[in-house]
Amino acid sequence: MKITVDRDRCIGAGQCVLNAPELFDQDDEGTVVVLEEQPTPDQEPAARAAEHACPARVITLV
Amino acid sequence: MTITAGHAADASAEPTYPMPRGCPFDPPAELAQLRAEKPISRVRIWDGSSPWLVTRYDDVRSLLADRRVSSDAYRPGYPAQSPGILARRRNSTSFITMDDPEHARYRKMVISDFTVRRTESLRPLITKIVDDLLDEMERGPRPTDLVEAFALPLPSMVICQMLGVPYKDHDFFQMHSRAILDITMDPAETVRASDELRDYLTGLMAEKEAEPTDDILGRLAQRYVLTGELSRDDAVSMALLLLVAGHETTANMIGFGTLTLLQNPEQAAEVRDGDPAVVNRAVEELLRLLTVVHTGRRRVALDDIEIGGVTIRAGEGIIAATESANRDAAAFPAPDELDIHRESNHHLAFGFGVHQCLGQPLARLELQIAYPALLRRFPELRVAVPVDDIRYRDKMVVYGVQALPVSW
Repeated sequence: MKITVDRDRCIGAGQCVLNAPELFDQDDEGTVVVLEEQPTPDQEPAARAAEHACPARVITLV
Repeated sequence: MTITAGHAADASAEPTYPMPRGCPFDPPAELAQLRAEKPISRVRIWDGSSPWLVTRYDDVRSLLADRRVSSDAYRPGYPAQSPGILARRRNSTSFITMDDPEHARYRKMVISDFTVRRTESLRPLITKIVDDLLDEMERGPRPTDLVEAFALPLPSMVICQMLGVPYKDHDFFQMHSRAILDITMDPAETVRASDELRDYLTGLMAEKEAEPTDDILGRLAQRYVLTGELSRDDAVSMALLLLVAGHETTANMIGFGTLTLLQNPEQAAEVRDGDPAVVNRAVEELLRLLTVVHTGRRRVALDDIEIGGVTIRAGEGIIAATESANRDAAAFPAPDELDIHRESNHHLAFGFGVHQCLGQPLARLELQIAYPALLRRFPELRVAVPVDDIRYRDKMVVYGVQALPVSW
């Protein structure tokens, strides 16, 4: 699994950080920052939860 | 023409929205019926128009995230909650009723104060405010109204501190907030309340332009108003939005949530024990179950949208009923029950899409601190009147209890 994000469309709701704090953070403007592009199998459920919860739908898992 | 005529002939069959509640703890039963039988259907609203009411979880999520819907209250077809709310939206237009890119531009000016990490840094401040309010409550008379003693002052004090609004003025802005959220209010009265709040905040912004302060309004003044990126009027609209949204919603979650917990004493006991993982899940569950923003999210279609076998035409109004979506059994097993251990609770209490609540990390933190602290301080906390005597906020955009007399 690989995580990609569209930072331009991020609205800074912080859902990714709540659902997967090991994988995502927010910069000072609130915009998503990917901490770990390739989650371990253990982290994949959290990555999927973050993708599902993102209200602006800017997280893609491939 | 044919469509209009045919539609008018059907109009008498359309249910009126919002419907009155049967049980005060649950959304109207008609919503469950619509979810089962006619999940996207026309309803009649106050102005005689017939927007689409969307009641299922998947459809609500998908429409709120759809870039072909608009939140612009000036667009024809926008299904406002009431004449007063419509008048106020236009009197004080903030980014909640704008579309991107304008919405994003304004939202970005304040988002840095509401990131998860920034909000977490407020934990000591919020804990102190909670403890002080509980001290005062403990010293005061019994029974007491939990709303006045705790549920309302807590988020008011927090948002005042964050914005840089003097809390001493709370009677003034709480009264006006109530007026602008009352869907039965005469539009002229709503606009008057909005104008008075705007005058008050305009004076405050002027002070913050003259003298920098380390708070959200101070930063807006210095970084954006004085540099010409934001007019003072627009800054005041943002301030009004944050002030009202910042205390009414959380206040009602504290009051109504406490009542709900007291009616489920075993689950309340677990929240009282305070294991953070349990408390966090309990907060999400209360947010889902109670969905205090209870009359849907209002949108208008920008383009024809095919969804659930229905075509919503460009220009037609949409009410995305999050209060119904959060009770959809397809998304939440046993949806009408409080289950503080519910997993994967992706509720829509904060909305969805680009307008999802900006202050949600703050609301969560306040609730995560408030419920266990209250239950720990008063292990014998109980409602001091027969439950049937409790009055609810049926006429308000944000639902909850009008008062909650408690004793311990």
